[in-house]
Amino acid sequence: MNVQWTLLYMFVFPGFLFLIAYSMICEWVDRKLFARFQNRIGPPWFQPEADFIKLLSKEEIIPDAADKVMFRLLPIFAIAAVLTAFLYLPIWNTNAIYSFKGDLIVVFYLLTIPTLTFFLAGWNSTSLFSALGSVRNLTQLFSYEVPLLLSLLGPALLAGTWSISGISAFFLKRPELLVVNIIGFLVALVAVQGKLERVPFDIPDAETEIVAGSFTEFGGRLLGLFRLATDLEMVVVATLLSAVFLGGSFGLHPVLGFIIFVVKTLFIVCILTLFKTVMARVRMEQMMKFCWKYLAPIALIQLLINILVKAYFL
Amino acid sequence: MSQIKIPIGPQHPALHEPESFNLTLEGEIIVEAEAKLGYNHRGIEKACESRNFIQDIYLLERICGICSHSHSTCFVQAVEEIAAVEVPLRAKYIRAIIGELERIHSHLLWVGVAGHEVGFETLFMYAWRDREIVMDILAWISGNRVNYGMNTVGGVRRDISPEILEQILGSLNTLIERTEYYTRIVTDEPTFMGRLRGVGKLSKEQALSLGAVGPIARASGIARDVRQDDPYGAFSEIEFRISTDDHEDVLGRTVVRVHELMESYRLLRTLIENLPEGPIAVKVPRKIPVGETLSRLEAPRGEDILYLKTNGTEMPERVKVRAPTLANLASIREMLCGAYLADFPIIVAAIDPCFSCTDRMIRVGNGKNDNLMNWQQLREYSIEWHKKQGLDLGQIK
Repeated sequence: MNVQWTLLYMFVFPGFLFLIAYSMICEWVDRKLFARFQNRIGPPWFQPEADFIKLLSKEEIIPDAADKVMFRLLPIFAIAAVLTAFLYLPIWNTNAIYSFKGDLIVVFYLLTIPTLTFFLAGWNSTSLFSALGSVRNLTQLFSYEVPLLLSLLGPALLAGTWSISGISAFFLKRPELLVVNIIGFLVALVAVQGKLERVPFDIPDAETEIVAGSFTEFGGRLLGLFRLATDLEMVVVATLLSAVFLGGSFGLHPVLGFIIFVVKTLFIVCILTLFKTVMARVRMEQMMKFCWKYLAPIALIQLLINILVKAYFL
Repeated sequence: MSQIKIPIGPQHPALHEPESFNLTLEGEIIVEAEAKLGYNHRGIEKACESRNFIQDIYLLERICGICSHSHSTCFVQAVEEIAAVEVPLRAKYIRAIIGELERIHSHLLWVGVAGHEVGFETLFMYAWRDREIVMDILAWISGNRVNYGMNTVGGVRRDISPEILEQILGSLNTLIERTEYYTRIVTDEPTFMGRLRGVGKLSKEQALSLGAVGPIARASGIARDVRQDDPYGAFSEIEFRISTDDHEDVLGRTVVRVHELMESYRLLRTLIENLPEGPIAVKVPRKIPVGETLSRLEAPRGEDILYLKTNGTEMPERVKVRAPTLANLASIREMLCGAYLADFPIIVAAIDPCFSCTDRMIRVGNGKNDNLMNWQQLREYSIEWHKKQGLDLGQIK
């Protein structure tokens, strides 16, 4: 792999530019579908871009008591972490641009970094609502992280590898085993709602309680970057779930493989939107209870099933 | 864990009107709550004293954007009582029809707001879409979506034509169908119910001692409804059932409101079917004799009380309004203590607060800068203050 190609992969496709464009499309699909579900008309296709450009053109206001450098850097950290995670995910074939043994864990932890930056952003804002929001961010992290990791463990255990590309390649050979992971997939879908801070787990930025949570003091460009990071996170998480639970692109020809990638990620986005439509926001303690009492044990059952399947059928 | 104080309001996304709550938190639990009024005082009661009775109807109608008809009906009832005027039966029925339509649109609005406060945006959008049906009906009848301007001393100003009555009966079926759907959501949807059940507890004893009114009292198991306790207008002739519930929490308040919607549809149908023929208003002299009275009315949010004192001229001597929110405000503190911060918006929303309606002037003294100013002094103070800022507004007369 020579330098030009590497740069192209990183910055144009499937890296930076493509991902940003695609995440905006996903945001539009999410918003439009949400609106149609609610019997509203919904925004035109360029609304996310327009919002982003508008936010970029606005003034930056930073609280006096906040650490200015950190305040500016945190959104960039969030975006960088998500973009890096995307490089390890297979898109149009079973191989990611970069992959090594154990990249599943690396991607998982790269995806935790945005949440940590949200926490730091809120804490650094020195405002009451931000502080409450950031505490909620962290509390929430402790409740969804374990079920999510456990559910991702299932396919990895079945495939016998910690590499996402490896898992995709394994399911390419044994597509019938995808069915085994259906419980894990559902658990992951629910836990991901917590990670993306969407209804019913949008507790950290519950508008009617703590204004905008961690982002209360953010505005203009910095808020725009944070919103971009959230959008990117949604695409990356959808791609991760599609690679791990839905068999990625089935190793088809690049163009067809890419279409399959788009269909699968949009499918996951649609499911996430459906969740958002039919539910109310839960309380923090209800979420904790739900995640530890039901989600984590169900993920463990999935692991047990996978161990049995591996022992008797492989 | 150390306590933190967090101010909610006067400007906050959960509150649609200015009102200040100071909450003391221990973690996410509210240990102390205090509410402060006085951000939106409009001086309506005082303004009434310098306008005649007809003008006052329109002024009082603007106390509230949602229960506007309740306030004006409460006022004309008081005037009619002092003037000893017998209102034609048809006018009474039309008043009751508008009143029930108002209750329906207020409760549908509330269901939407409740959804919004717990992050259930879909319910919000649905309820507000269906509320449009009622708004359309009100626009057919009166020409206005809010502030209908239907009342006048001695009757109502507009008749309802038989065609519109037909249209109302047709629309009612859609509304009934939609409300049955909301009843199912309220009693079935697990995340929504999880947010409402056991939240904002107010026992029957507390509700009685704190003087809760309207759906709050009824959700604590007190069958209290002015339409039945002290029947006015058409309600002295019409039977209806008071919806109560013994959940004593926000879920109960939601259930009561949804059931009241169904009861209102039934009531509306009875009123329309039995609408008597006859004149819609009688002429009342502009000058009202000396007297004083207290008028009560069941507004969508609870009991509305209006005190009126007349002095024989065409203007009232004193008008005093007690909007239902003021009666329920006392119980908010009880409901908030011990609740989660996350439940604050829904607990406050559950009394269906209308802070602007209930607002009154308060005097906040800190001991040092404790002086009252009249209008002239305030104006001079303001001119002086602006002069110090380098802006001479003294020329403006």
